[in-house]
Amino acid sequence: MRMPLLALLAKEPAHGYELKAQLEKVFGEAYPSPNIGQIYVTLQRLERDGLVRSQDVVQTTRPNKRVYELTDAGREALLTWVDRPSDGPRVRDDFFMKLALSERAGASDRLGLINRQRRHYLSQMRALTELMATSDRRIPQLLIEGAMLHLQADLDWLQRCQEEMV
Amino acid sequence: MTNGADTLLLRTVGLSKIFRGDGVSVPALRGVDLALHPGEFAAVIGPSGSGKSTLLHMAGGLEPPTSGEIWLNGQRVDGLSQARWAKLRRRHIGFVFQFFNLVSNMTVADNVELAALMGGATRRQARHRREELLAELGLAGKADAAPARLSGGEQQRVALARAMANRPSLLLADEPTGNLDSAASQAVLRLLATAHADGQAILLVTHDARVASAADRVISLFDGTVIDDAPMVLPRLPASPETSAARPRVRAPLSDVLKLRG
Repeated sequence: MRMPLLALLAKEPAHGYELKAQLEKVFGEAYPSPNIGQIYVTLQRLERDGLVRSQDVVQTTRPNKRVYELTDAGREALLTWVDRPSDGPRVRDDFFMKLALSERAGASDRLGLINRQRRHYLSQMRALTELMATSDRRIPQLLIEGAMLHLQADLDWLQRCQEEMV
Repeated sequence: MTNGADTLLLRTVGLSKIFRGDGVSVPALRGVDLALHPGEFAAVIGPSGSGKSTLLHMAGGLEPPTSGEIWLNGQRVDGLSQARWAKLRRRHIGFVFQFFNLVSNMTVADNVELAALMGGATRRQARHRREELLAELGLAGKADAAPARLSGGEQQRVALARAMANRPSLLLADEPTGNLDSAASQAVLRLLATAHADGQAILLVTHDARVASAADRVISLFDGTVIDDAPMVLPRLPASPETSAARPRVRAPLSDVLKLRG
């Protein structure tokens, strides 16, 4: 979450709650919104690393709020992140670990494992479809569509695992 | 028949199909037991060659089983002649295929009306039903067009209208979105969901997980046998105040699919 926070701060300084609200606004409901504690911990680490700095803003009717802004080093780190291609294939797949190690773990019913996983993926697909129907903004829709395409690939892979391992 | 089985819409018992040719026997389906209730929406998934289309075709009488039983509305139908099957289909079964199969030298309207007429409707009823369906499917303006003038998605919607023209108790759909782009697939999917909400029973074969996930129940075939048959577990979505009110049955996170990288 470090880099998305830097990106949001690139335009103007903000405090934690504003950043949380902005993340939710940009990415929509499908995005698992970080809790405010995670956001503050991340901001503290970014500050420790010299990528943001903060100051307390005095408020008369409410507690003071801490406003964060990007440093030059933060801006540079952000641009480096934006310019660098992101990793594609996911080779550390939790389900595949279970499947490959199931016999050693004392669970030998691989078909059962695969069937349960397929049901779970299909249920997630249904959830995404319902979410898509309620979403009318382009960025959240594309996020959902991407998640659906990944799920379809996961299901196809599950099929291959079944053919080879059951 | 066992108790309760006569309330079933479709039931197969030990349904098997072996394709024979040139001294080779290829088993396509090996003893499938299936029960579908009126109004139920079931998806059949599985890799190519797992027998899913064969199952669907046999359920609609397009292909005779090698062995096993097929019951439709409490009536045993696997031994029916082709003519009796054709009559049964006209009255009780709607078919949708991957490649639309519309009559090319008839207008869109006539394609739909013909199905209604063959299902026993009067001319007037057939026209009314056609108007109603085409309007519902957003095709009212295309009634007089030839099917070839329509996009794939539109042709599939016409095929759906045709399949629904006789108000079938069972709609059989074989890869209905297999030849469509994403937007057209979504439109067909929405129509199927609407038909199902109105009480239409649907048995649908698909490769597309998104289409399968719209069903109440997903049947997985592999190598001609059913390896899984489970009701769709309704999803749980991240709760936010406005959505939990609108969609009370959705609750938990999708974080394992939706993770921003980096």
